[in-house]
Amino acid sequence: MTGYREDLRRLQALVEADRVHRDVYIDPEVFQLEMERLWSHTWIYLGHTSQVPQPGDFITADIASQPVIMVRHSDGKVRVLLNRCAHKGTKVVYDFAGNTGKTFRCPYHAWTYRTDGTLLHIPLKEGYAATGLEKTDAVRGLTPVTHETYRGFVFARLADGPGFRDYFGDSLSSIDNLADRSPEGELEIAGGCLRYLHNCNWKMFVENLNDTMHPMIVHASSAGTAKRLWEGKPADMPKPMAIEQYAPFANDYKFFDDMGVRVYPNGHGFSGVNFSIHSAYSAVPEYEEAMKRAYGEERAKQILGTVRHNTVYYPSLTIKGAIQSIRVARPLAADKTVIESWTFRLKGAPAKLLERTVMYNRLINSPMSVVGHDDLHCYRSAQEGLAAQGHEWVSLHRNFDPAELDAAELTCNGTSEVSMRNQFRAWREFMAP
Amino acid sequence: MNEAELVRFVLREARLIDEKRFDEWYELFTDDAYYWVPLAPGQKDPLEHNSLAYEDKLLLKLRIERLKQPTAFSQKPASRCLHVMQTPEVETSEPGRGEFLTRTPFIYTETRGDESQRYAATAWHTLVATPGGLRIRLKRVDILNADAALPSIQLFL
Repeated sequence: MTGYREDLRRLQALVEADRVHRDVYIDPEVFQLEMERLWSHTWIYLGHTSQVPQPGDFITADIASQPVIMVRHSDGKVRVLLNRCAHKGTKVVYDFAGNTGKTFRCPYHAWTYRTDGTLLHIPLKEGYAATGLEKTDAVRGLTPVTHETYRGFVFARLADGPGFRDYFGDSLSSIDNLADRSPEGELEIAGGCLRYLHNCNWKMFVENLNDTMHPMIVHASSAGTAKRLWEGKPADMPKPMAIEQYAPFANDYKFFDDMGVRVYPNGHGFSGVNFSIHSAYSAVPEYEEAMKRAYGEERAKQILGTVRHNTVYYPSLTIKGAIQSIRVARPLAADKTVIESWTFRLKGAPAKLLERTVMYNRLINSPMSVVGHDDLHCYRSAQEGLAAQGHEWVSLHRNFDPAELDAAELTCNGTSEVSMRNQFRAWREFMAP
Repeated sequence: MNEAELVRFVLREARLIDEKRFDEWYELFTDDAYYWVPLAPGQKDPLEHNSLAYEDKLLLKLRIERLKQPTAFSQKPASRCLHVMQTPEVETSEPGRGEFLTRTPFIYTETRGDESQRYAATAWHTLVATPGGLRIRLKRVDILNADAALPSIQLFL
């Protein structure tokens, strides 16, 4: 269907309290509107300050289909700029990451910018005398982008919208827990980025992270096999880390229901209020000692006892504090999304912690992951299945309670689909205000 | 151990994958073996840097057993693969220690239903002579574009 751009009411009608119309996943016009409205007016995760430690260090990414640079300026502060030469549009840097020195110099006609984006130099500038260029935006240089940094996490907002704290509210407690897990309270991106091409809509991935009714079904072949391979081993035999990480995906409905889920305004939320699939990992005594030394026994216990499953910072970022990894959705089209998976070094923690998150990332988030294969199969299959005319609506009814419509923050049983309903309420607010 | 035997072994190893004789393939590895597909060019460290795969025999077993499960949904329809290989070269040979390293550039194609993907890659086999014959201690596969955004790769390069 088309015509959503012109008709706000039709767009609003795609989201009901307990179900959504299939066009939210498959319609190219809806996707375009998502980029212009939801992804431009909300806070989108760009990168972590530890990726640009030195002046001149930069990373690039696309946000809402626009090319963006995050760079450390000579004043030590991080800047976010649109990656578009003010002259003819060429990207001033093309690499994923690097160091540009003191300036960005466009490779086409050598227009040159400081790392805060201001225009420094145009070759043969006299050719522009009295041409009117000085009255255009071009002389202001690379367009700056509004951004905020929270404990090293850099979020950008391309267009006007809610303030950072208003937008994320108490959901920031999950980023706090992730950073607090470092005995020094600081994180550092480490170990490279796994990039997994998903031939499905970005929302299928984001919703799935707090979909607790799927693991025991979708991952029966992988996690179930992991469980079986370990069955019958002597109780005192140390369980390999890989088995510890795979097996809980096959836990039963009760486990995931008891985990609990909490949602916040603007689409954010997390599962694993009470415990999660990461709760039963073997202790790393050396790490726990370092945490106690840094925070004191009680506070350390509190930090390590918060073992959330996935927290969604709607719409772009999902984090796993307990295993210090994050996944970032980078939508390319209605049926095409790149999922980036990053891992952190907890400053001051033993190397074993980095090894553990790297293993988790490899086992779960790699294009060669047997968990990922079955997840993506289901997303893609839904992307194709939604072409059917038989059911125009996607059900999100599980544990729906009309009272939730008025609740600002809500904690429910873990198998409720409340997190998806909550995401779509935010979606509708930004898409059709 | 002469060069021809090493070459024959490496070619047969790929053939077992292509013919999906995974249980036989599994037996080619030593008990302490790893199958490694790095993420970064020239990657040195499999533990503190992400890889596409870094699997010991337990994880290889898991992969092979999973492929037999009727609930391996991503294998409906099942994937097929083919290695088209250059002749393996013996890079280093230490007959005294019974250890050999071969380098084999190859083109790998994996198909599933109407979809087909193709990779250029280099396999590095660290092979050891055992009483039961040659075995793999490490198979490292460097995919030329391992750091690109890749779709699901479901079988073994």
